[in-house]
Amino acid sequence: MNIIIAGVGGQGAVLASHLLGRAAMSSGLAVRGSETIGMAQRGGSILSHVRIGSGACSPTIRIGQADSILAFELCEAARALPYLKQGGALVACDAAIQPAGSLHGYDRREMADYLKLAAKNIFLLDSALVDEKCGARCLNVALLGAAASRKAIPFSAYDLEKALRGKFSGEAAEMNVKALRFGAMLAESMS
Amino acid sequence: MGNIGKAEQRLLIGNEAIALGALRAGVTVAAGYPGTPSSEVLETIAREKGEGVYVEWSVNEKSALEVGAGAAMSGARVLVTMKQVGLNVASDPLMCLNYLGVKGGMVVMAADDPGPISSQTEQDTRHFANFAKLAAFDPSTPEEAYDMIADAFECSERIGRPVLFRPTTRVCHGSASIALKSPLPVKKPDGFKKDAGRWVIFPRLSYVSHVKIEEGLARLADEFSSYRGNAIHNAGKGKKGIAAGGVSFCHVLETMRERGLESRLLKVSTVPFPAKLGLEFLRGLDEVLVAEELDPVIERELIMLCGSSGTRAVIKGKLSGDMPKAGEYSPDLIEEKILEFLGEPERKEKKPDIRAEESQPDLLNLPPRPPVLCAGCPHRSSFLAVKEASRGHNAVFSGDIGCYTLANAMPLDMVDTCLCMGAGITMAQGIRLASPGTQNFAFIGDSTFFHTGIPGIVNAVHNGSDIIVAVLDNSTTAMTGGQPHPGTDRDASGGKARKISIYAILSAIGVDSIERADAFDFESAKAAAVRALDKKGVRAILFEGACAALSGSRKEPCSVDGSLCSGCAACFGRVGCPAISFRGKKASIDGASCRGCGLCKAFCGRGAITGGGAL
Repeated sequence: MNIIIAGVGGQGAVLASHLLGRAAMSSGLAVRGSETIGMAQRGGSILSHVRIGSGACSPTIRIGQADSILAFELCEAARALPYLKQGGALVACDAAIQPAGSLHGYDRREMADYLKLAAKNIFLLDSALVDEKCGARCLNVALLGAAASRKAIPFSAYDLEKALRGKFSGEAAEMNVKALRFGAMLAESMS
Repeated sequence: MGNIGKAEQRLLIGNEAIALGALRAGVTVAAGYPGTPSSEVLETIAREKGEGVYVEWSVNEKSALEVGAGAAMSGARVLVTMKQVGLNVASDPLMCLNYLGVKGGMVVMAADDPGPISSQTEQDTRHFANFAKLAAFDPSTPEEAYDMIADAFECSERIGRPVLFRPTTRVCHGSASIALKSPLPVKKPDGFKKDAGRWVIFPRLSYVSHVKIEEGLARLADEFSSYRGNAIHNAGKGKKGIAAGGVSFCHVLETMRERGLESRLLKVSTVPFPAKLGLEFLRGLDEVLVAEELDPVIERELIMLCGSSGTRAVIKGKLSGDMPKAGEYSPDLIEEKILEFLGEPERKEKKPDIRAEESQPDLLNLPPRPPVLCAGCPHRSSFLAVKEASRGHNAVFSGDIGCYTLANAMPLDMVDTCLCMGAGITMAQGIRLASPGTQNFAFIGDSTFFHTGIPGIVNAVHNGSDIIVAVLDNSTTAMTGGQPHPGTDRDASGGKARKISIYAILSAIGVDSIERADAFDFESAKAAAVRALDKKGVRAILFEGACAALSGSRKEPCSVDGSLCSGCAACFGRVGCPAISFRGKKASIDGASCRGCGLCKAFCGRGAITGGGAL
């Protein structure tokens, strides 16, 4: 299974792909992937590739070969779209982060409408609601929860919770688990 | 639960795998200078090391390599890490060290960056290996890197010379589930043994060494024909074969497996080239396509092999124009080229159909999202202070390597030149010589100042130049993830370290005037720049302010009073802060990303921005 994670530098794509990898490994599955680390992390476009199962040789996914895209931002979802397979799942945050210092922004609603047309199997997560209930720092984990509910990833929210608890402890674990469950619940209730 | 065996399985990025592989191979001294994509190797060693392993962030790559050379001459297993351009800085000691040799295994990891994604050049370290007459190892995956780094140590110790280890970005920052193995038996370093005939480089010794080096390389080329990293993967059907190295090999393998293609496939992961294996591969082939990023190293070897052995095969690759000469090779590109070469049909569902009929044309031009200085970055304030102060002057701004190179973007537009580490200060001197009537600023970060900035300032003072050095001191090596440097009080393992004062260095060199400014106090910073501009000679301004990404300090965020905002867009258009946006003819500040530095308040003529610090 091929999963693309798209977002803006600093949104936690590396952690999200790491959690998917941990969940895969506890299911006895091989993982391979690639991260964007370095220059692009300073608020630039980010793309993580996660490939689950032993068939994957390349660290990156070819165009039109992703089973799903998880995106933390609308414009980055659109940018990653060419990777999506026909009928693949798109799970994205509905927030727009305008490129810094640029007057060439985009309209959030137009972008969301475009994505709905482009991908039939789409779920948009209410980012403002996640911010309000769980804090903006947990958006990445909430999106994973939503992706699990939508079956866009081959793991349940419970599998991811175990992966989270393997990575974090104490307050950080509770905060993230709360966001994970909240994201899963939102996607569940909207389906 | 899963079917994972007894061995501990970990999800590792390539750099972590290299670090754990080096620890498994008994490395006891590790040194390097941060640089994407190499930095996580030393960070992982610092985090995972046991007793008796020393790790340091050195002042620069040359120092790291020399620290390593001394330890390896004394019998320790040594890892030195850097990015490819760092190898240029370390090339003097490395070239010479090969002639002296080492006692403990010494691996110099130089990470290459096809694309380039975060580098100035697309240089190929395998070429450097040939030039320096060193062996080099070139892994294709994180798990191969984990094993191969141990092979590299073993090889170095056996031949008594340093060896290169050259992963590329997709290996360094690629990830894989890896089964960890038990530590290898390693003998303890026995310390430095005096032997003037061995450790002192003289022309006569160099001649003798040169002969031995060439003999050693010829032996290695033979040995490498049976090395596990070099192999023929398909016995092969047909008269066409494919040769590949690095991550390109993985892309080739994926396409071949998916399509059930059985052409002969050669994987090469060493310098020197495994000639015997190469000949076996070429036997009976009419045509070969070579897939390798950066330079045509394998391709040239195969062409030479055809010539020297009288083998008739057409070798296709970069030199023949069949493969791109520059840039990263994507799996899509490799798939296309292989199918074309083998005369196979293209993938049917190549492009998703989503865009064809349903797309809205105006959305297809998605706004680009280049990296930017963070909200609350002290550099933004320092650059704007100099920009405002130097209005009306004919000022040229030389930049350097680090986060602050990002100030070349609009609206800051404060980087007129950028060449390599430490070059801004010396280039400013040259620009001043040939550009009468200019004011010449050289911006340099704190880590770069220590790396190679200091000699440039010595040069300026001694030769009576007329420049302004602006040191942007954010107390870290920010761009590569926040490593310590000699101007900080931490060492690579997080322990206490002696902090060296940049101010004291500037003053000891005899810089004509030194201004010290709080980067976050915009008006004072600007005043310091004005004073520096009024003087002559070599002047320095030390802008101090902690890195926003690392310091964690936040003040109350700024906000815009919509009733006062005139919509002039000065805050948005002149400050270029990612927390500020402009919507509905009014400025707006995102409270979650704003760190309350208050810089934008200095640019609002209406006093419409409140909150935050300064002003």
